[in-house]
Amino acid sequence: MLLKSTYNEFIKIAAKPRSYLGLGAITILVGVILFALKADGMSFIEFVTSSFEQTLSFEGNILNGNLVAFIILQMLVIHIPLLVALVTGDLVSGEAAMGTIRMLATKPISRTSLLLSKFIAGGAYTLLIVVWLGIMAVVVGKFLFGSGDLMVLNSDGLVILQEADINWRYFGGFTVAFLAMLTVSSLSICLSCFSDNSIGPIVTTMAIIILFIIIGTLDVSIFDNVRPFLFTTHMAAWRSFFEDPLPVADIRNSIVILLIHNLVFVFISLYKFNRKDITS
Amino acid sequence: MDDKIIEVNKLSKYFGTFEAVKDVSFTVNKGDVFGFHGANGAGKSTTIRCILSLITPNNGDVKIFGESISTNRFEILKRVGSIIEKPDFYKYLSAERNLEIFARISGSDSTKKDIYKMLDFVGLNGREKDKVAGFSHGMKQRLGIAQTLLHNPDLIILDEPTTGLDPQGIIDIRNLILELKNQHNKTVLLSSHQLSEIEIIANRMLIINKGKSIIEGEVSKLLNAEELIVNIEVDNPEKCVLLISEHFPAIHIQEIKNNQLLIATDKNVIPDLTKALVAGEIQIFAIESKRKLEDFFIKIISN
Repeated sequence: MLLKSTYNEFIKIAAKPRSYLGLGAITILVGVILFALKADGMSFIEFVTSSFEQTLSFEGNILNGNLVAFIILQMLVIHIPLLVALVTGDLVSGEAAMGTIRMLATKPISRTSLLLSKFIAGGAYTLLIVVWLGIMAVVVGKFLFGSGDLMVLNSDGLVILQEADINWRYFGGFTVAFLAMLTVSSLSICLSCFSDNSIGPIVTTMAIIILFIIIGTLDVSIFDNVRPFLFTTHMAAWRSFFEDPLPVADIRNSIVILLIHNLVFVFISLYKFNRKDITS
Repeated sequence: MDDKIIEVNKLSKYFGTFEAVKDVSFTVNKGDVFGFHGANGAGKSTTIRCILSLITPNNGDVKIFGESISTNRFEILKRVGSIIEKPDFYKYLSAERNLEIFARISGSDSTKKDIYKMLDFVGLNGREKDKVAGFSHGMKQRLGIAQTLLHNPDLIILDEPTTGLDPQGIIDIRNLILELKNQHNKTVLLSSHQLSEIEIIANRMLIINKGKSIIEGEVSKLLNAEELIVNIEVDNPEKCVLLISEHFPAIHIQEIKNNQLLIATDKNVIPDLTKALVAGEIQIFAIESKRKLEDFFIKIISN
């Protein structure tokens, strides 16, 4: 029954016009960035590298597909949650608003299966969004700008990664980025269980993300103990794959914290949904 | 025991301090079209939601097919088809797709052919591929009926199925319910705030008011036991009053206005009264029953 219900969820997501907003938005946003970098990317690179010109000389194709993909990821990963929540935040509350949740709940399927199918479908949609971002950033980026070594500026200084050493880092980076977005998806579905309208969970998800990001960036000691456990702190963990040497412990820590968040959101949702009086 | 399809026992549901349903008990037997009547907000939908486990009651229990809904929900719901309040569908999907979605989780093996056959049965042939967003309320009700019947349930629960329908739609739904009972031997729990509808379709009924059961029994007995109010229009009302007073002392004359008399009487007296009026050479222009089911309902709940 879980599989049948999941199949139903896929059909619904595929038929909803809002599901294509995310894909369309990514296509347009990445397209604009690619166009801008193609048109005037070198001046951007010169601005970044100017501080190193005294000590280093740069040769070859610095503005290559790998760097473009990194720039795109850095610019967009923080905005993807909205595109994810737009669909996943509607999965339960949208059905309540439409009244179809009433129809579903009178069928011989457990509420647990009904909700888990929504989590699975929401996860699949999130994966689609992240994969599409990957295709647009890495594949189209390399197609337009060619390949080459990746130059990354992080807190420890400049890291230069060999061309042959990059693809697996992108795979790892996108996997962790997916896990972070999956957490956003789980959060929005969880909030969706508490609401009977579509907008509430979407807005609340974004409000929580903004609040957590503010807490994460505020240099106030009172938040020091909280900050490492906020999922937003680990939303940028994909970047760790572009450090050398690889901070394995940090990555593992981020993955564990994101997974725990996902599990907590799923359990809260199941608890609420199974006890919810369907009055809509 | 096998004849009891639904057994509701001392069901209560509170929303905060609001008492939506209080100690409601009733039984629906096999083959019944059971009318569940009450004014808007009387607690009909809350009771039905409890029966279908959409709402968890605070007290009481519900048994369907002899099993408790709280412990055997999955097996019970396989044999139940329902529309609660109004049928809601995925507006962005076609009628066919909507039925596919609900059929898939109804525990049946409905094929595309079954879906088309059912859409044809409810009069939606030719609209299978149309999105529900373009459907009228009546068409959605028909699609709701199709969704209810697709998996061939033994028990059908319809909550206000004729609300918002045009007269032809109401007649169609009534005929469909009677067909389900008479030709397919289905048991139907029909909730309606229109007593006339229940009188036409149901064989047994329960009246609920402010969350409490008021009266339960056979529709024919409950509704016919009442005193009839009859309006008689004659050429000579004075002579008519005299005749009634002499020969029918049990008849209570309530009002005389122009050439019309309003009398309260037993239904069985009407034929004799008519004969007596004709024999007394009183011209009768009209005899009209003024008994209104709504009056009956108001009398019941005010008692």
